[in-house]
Amino acid sequence: MTIQESKVLDAQGLKCPMPIVKAKKEIDALEPGQVLKVIATDKGSVLDFQGWAKTNKVAELVGQETESAPDGTERYLHFLRRK
Amino acid sequence: MIDEKSPADVSALVGLLGDLRQRVDGLEARLDSEVADIREQLPADRAAIVMFSGDLDKVLAGFIIATGAATMGLETSIFFTFWGLTALKRKRVLEGKNLMERMMAMMTPESSKGLDPSKMAYFGAGAVMLRQMMKTKDVASLEDMVELAKEMGVRFVACEMSMDVMGVRREELREDADLGGVATFLGEAVNSKLALFI
Repeated sequence: MTIQESKVLDAQGLKCPMPIVKAKKEIDALEPGQVLKVIATDKGSVLDFQGWAKTNKVAELVGQETESAPDGTERYLHFLRRK
Repeated sequence: MIDEKSPADVSALVGLLGDLRQRVDGLEARLDSEVADIREQLPADRAAIVMFSGDLDKVLAGFIIATGAATMGLETSIFFTFWGLTALKRKRVLEGKNLMERMMAMMTPESSKGLDPSKMAYFGAGAVMLRQMMKTKDVASLEDMVELAKEMGVRFVACEMSMDVMGVRREELREDADLGGVATFLGEAVNSKLALFI
């Protein structure tokens, strides 16, 4: 999947509800159509962003990926498009 | 061949058109008002939370839900009542209070920093442990969550009746809290998508 993001939010180390709180702030600052990439280490963020996007009027979830960091930990990537 | 109409036919048709137009206008107006009525009954993008508990863990859960709701675009209000009022307290005032009110003030924490968890309070040790564990795990503290909620536009309403009963003065609470009663909560809750009692 290739999604071109306009902005990256580093939410590594942040726990619920901080990734969605920070993402909301970043999304509000984007132009419609622009994509925010969120990098999180909190596993709960995967379902959290799905739930968050369900009722969200300003953002839609256009992709989620999991990648392994060099240190063996998992990172969860979320792509949110500003509506 | 063009079908010739007599003037009488034309005027009858014009009259018919006028009638039809009136009926359509009437139907449109009725539709608008009925749609408006239905809209009014639909839940709005709002969340209303009653914070009754003064337990550190429950208050924290309430604030996490409130900030989460706010990030999802819900207009969120928290109504603080009874023990929950402590979450809004910024200092303890004793002057001008009667004996019972002063006792109550001494027996309740002077701010959210003095809240105990609902289980394993152990005379304050439980709160220290819980806060320490949250810090280690990088979970935001209750005080950070309160500020964050405010920043996200969450409205704080303190229940005036319970303030009165418990002798809590306005100046003991955060300045950005509004005062209200049960109708303030119900007014928001009846049309909210989410209403919680914590």
